[in-house]
Amino acid sequence: MSKRTEDIVIIGGGPAGLAAALSARKAGCEKVLILERDRELGGILNQCIHNGFGLHTFKEELTGPEYAERYIDMAEEAKIPYMLNTMVTNISLRSDGRKKVTAMNKEDGLLEIETETVILAMGCRERSRGALNIPGSRPAGIYSAGTAQYYVNIRGRMPGKNVVILGSGDIGLIMARRMVLEGAKVQCVAELRPQSGGLKRNIVQCLDDFNIPLYLNTTVAQIHGRDRVEGVTLTKVDDNGKPIPGSEWEVPCDTLLLSCGLIPENELTRGLGADMDGKTGGPVVGENLECSIPGVFACGNVLHVHELVDHVSAEAEKAGNYAVEYIRQKRG
Amino acid sequence: MKDYDVIIIGAGVSGCAIARELAKGKLRIAVLEAKSDVCEGTSKANSGIVHAGYDAVPGTLKAKLNVRGNEMMEELSKKLDFPFRRNGSLVLCFEEDGMPGLEELYRRGIENGVKELKLLSPEEVWAMEPAISRNIVRALYAPTGGIVCPFGLNIALAENAAENGVEFYRDHKVTAIVEQRPVWTEKPPAKEGRMYQVQVDGEIFEAPIVINAAGVYADEIHNMICEEKIRIVPRRGEYRLMDKNCGDLVNSTIFQQPSKMGKGILVTPTVHGNLLVGPTAEDIPDKQDVDTTAEGLAKVLNLGSNSVDALDGRQTITSFAGLRAHLVHEDPAEKSDFLIEEAAGHPGFIDVAGIESPGLTSAPAIGEYVAQIVENIYPAERKADFVDTRKGIPSMALATEEEREALIRENPAFANVICRCELVTEGEILSAIHRLVGATTLDGVKRRTRAGMGRCQAGFCSPKTLEILSRELHLDPAQITKEGTGSEILTGKNKDTAPGEGGTWKRTQEPGGKEALHE
Amino acid sequence: MAEKNTTQKELTCICCPVGCALTVTIADDSSVTVTGNRCPRGAAYGEKEVTNPMRIVTSTVRVTGYPDAVVSVKTASDIPKGRIDDCMKALADVTVAAPIHVGDIILENVADTGVNIVATRSFRG
Repeated sequence: MSKRTEDIVIIGGGPAGLAAALSARKAGCEKVLILERDRELGGILNQCIHNGFGLHTFKEELTGPEYAERYIDMAEEAKIPYMLNTMVTNISLRSDGRKKVTAMNKEDGLLEIETETVILAMGCRERSRGALNIPGSRPAGIYSAGTAQYYVNIRGRMPGKNVVILGSGDIGLIMARRMVLEGAKVQCVAELRPQSGGLKRNIVQCLDDFNIPLYLNTTVAQIHGRDRVEGVTLTKVDDNGKPIPGSEWEVPCDTLLLSCGLIPENELTRGLGADMDGKTGGPVVGENLECSIPGVFACGNVLHVHELVDHVSAEAEKAGNYAVEYIRQKRG
Repeated sequence: MKDYDVIIIGAGVSGCAIARELAKGKLRIAVLEAKSDVCEGTSKANSGIVHAGYDAVPGTLKAKLNVRGNEMMEELSKKLDFPFRRNGSLVLCFEEDGMPGLEELYRRGIENGVKELKLLSPEEVWAMEPAISRNIVRALYAPTGGIVCPFGLNIALAENAAENGVEFYRDHKVTAIVEQRPVWTEKPPAKEGRMYQVQVDGEIFEAPIVINAAGVYADEIHNMICEEKIRIVPRRGEYRLMDKNCGDLVNSTIFQQPSKMGKGILVTPTVHGNLLVGPTAEDIPDKQDVDTTAEGLAKVLNLGSNSVDALDGRQTITSFAGLRAHLVHEDPAEKSDFLIEEAAGHPGFIDVAGIESPGLTSAPAIGEYVAQIVENIYPAERKADFVDTRKGIPSMALATEEEREALIRENPAFANVICRCELVTEGEILSAIHRLVGATTLDGVKRRTRAGMGRCQAGFCSPKTLEILSRELHLDPAQITKEGTGSEILTGKNKDTAPGEGGTWKRTQEPGGKEALHE
Repeated sequence: MAEKNTTQKELTCICCPVGCALTVTIADDSSVTVTGNRCPRGAAYGEKEVTNPMRIVTSTVRVTGYPDAVVSVKTASDIPKGRIDDCMKALADVTVAAPIHVGDIILENVADTGVNIVATRSFRG
């Protein structure tokens, strides 16, 4: 068990974690450590290769990886220490108010980090097929839009050739365009609600530009196919989102991508015993982004799902500052 | 041609239990499995219940093997290192009219030799299980009831059989069986027997003993050579698996007293701390149809809520359906039972058919029972070096801090977390791939390690697991499947085809046309 | 007066996530006026969209020696919408060697658009 002591431990090296680390360092905190579970910093931005990031923060339009790389460069320049491939398994509160973060990675094995404050920046995950409760078979070819995005944009591999997308959130819309550009046919995007959850500009440039129909008030009633998806049954739904009998039609496809909402990833937060907000899925925080546990701050999508990464960065900067302020007050 | 003493058709829990039991003798044994892995049919999608044994009609094989299987399970779980817990089971009775039925279960249980059975008052039930409905009149309590990991049991049996020399052939679908007679005069006992040639895609496996443990396909295998035909109807059951948040809603397995409302739905914790609710029961024509349905999943929740009010459908992390191999008896009065015997007129061909509930519980006893049948017709000397224990894949999620440190010291890959929801590491996945009868597919890894079984349902870990499989098996990522050939995860590389081409597909228009298009 | 000879188009601006609803009026002398925009970029977008729609294209290219990695790229500026397919076809043949730095030119003058393809991330190899 390797042990170390920090002032601020930041869990997650995505846009929130990076911005929080930078602001904490700027505010004068020397002992900051970022723990990142992936093999590189940048988080989900690395796979968001489309443009549209950074208009507020950098006053120019960047792609996700460019936005991430600017922050990574700043973190490198500020010599902010980070650990990659490192998974935090537990955060606990000690009787003296300090926190113990338990983590593991291949190089250090088990790690125990004692720290004054923790900044939660774990981001969010996608709602799965199981949680959506879509009936039918369970073949290969059903992926969350983000998983498909990883295969295409990071690995250069196509998870399907003929695609139906359920859910018109931004990742779904963006992936409709990506799949088409990389050689797939996208049959349609189906949206349960009467309007799309995605940005208008994404409907224009991801669907309209490629003549991909968006079916509103529509959902997947059944998935077909034994080994691989062979098609889906789409159905219209009523105002309560319930399928309307007789309105079904079949769409042959080999892939179903799901873009049906994001869920803040708060397993660690719950384990710590922080009060949760049933509406946002994130912890309850005060003005200063502090959870019900003193000295634990949250920012970015772990708090609530943000529309713009620029807002995440701005929020995380505050979290970094508040964490430093907490340490100052504590130490008089 | 490959030559064996025993060929077992089917690597489900029955086939693997039989293989392990027979491996105690000096026999050359092959297990032929049509699918890409062991535990792919009925064995993978069921309730995971170790029944106490009050349900089966006294005198049936089901009754006998259920009680025996239940007795064997605990020790077996220790020897073979798979998750099992004796959590007890309750059968809830919701109306006075149901009492004679409940008392009948109690009597059957006593007659079948089930120990410690008790009828409980509602107050006694609520003291044990506060989440149980207020609408109950009595309950039957069986402390010997338990839960098991169905994959864990099946895979442990397979690995231990393989360790003792049983050869597993996966992706080996039997297409025909040719019977040759009379033969094996020189083999003891010197009597007239048969030699069976079992054909698999042009390859021939030959043995004097063939065991038909083909699950829902056992009728097809049986009917390949037997004059007296049997028929198995797949009986589909749909389930919802709930988040670990609600895994402790109940401690025991909660059954419902069968009534005119139907057979009832069970609510049970799983050995891994989730909550499982189901199954429905529906006879269907297609043996591959494991589709869930909107009606079925709604029914599971509605009926399950009769037992436990607080059941919350939003906690569902996945749903699935399994098929029970229901043997159709021509005479409906005939008691529904397992068919485990040497087929009439075909010495050495042994059916293990109609293994529906309590098949999982009975599996270890089925192994013993079939081994005895084989011993009677084809005796073999005992192996002195039989290994009767097996070490499972270590679980970082369950390990103590000291155990974690020891595992990581041994192999740092145990500190590389792949599945965050269930805390499964690269070390565990490597072990799953490289052990005997190892994992070759994403589902194979999932069933052995739980990677991808958590609340995100493999969204984050499947690309990583795919990468490890591809690296370790020296396969291109495009060759990695979910569950065998045809279920490849990837379909090609970026830009293999021109934008929007996607092969030969045509876009389907929504009926009604324009109104469908947005704006 | 002039109304008789004008055409109007309703568009959604794609310049930023606000997505202003634009009304673009084309007079018979081909002059274009844009309303509904909240910033000058919207006016420019509206005019371009009805005369010569342009798009930024983002994609990936393969990396020599790394069969399971790609590097993300984009057109350094927008290109005519009608040339997106040609741009993608041109990228299909591109493989680059590591190390790659963000901003590196990966392909000059893609599909004769006069626009370069640049890397949007670094790849050290």
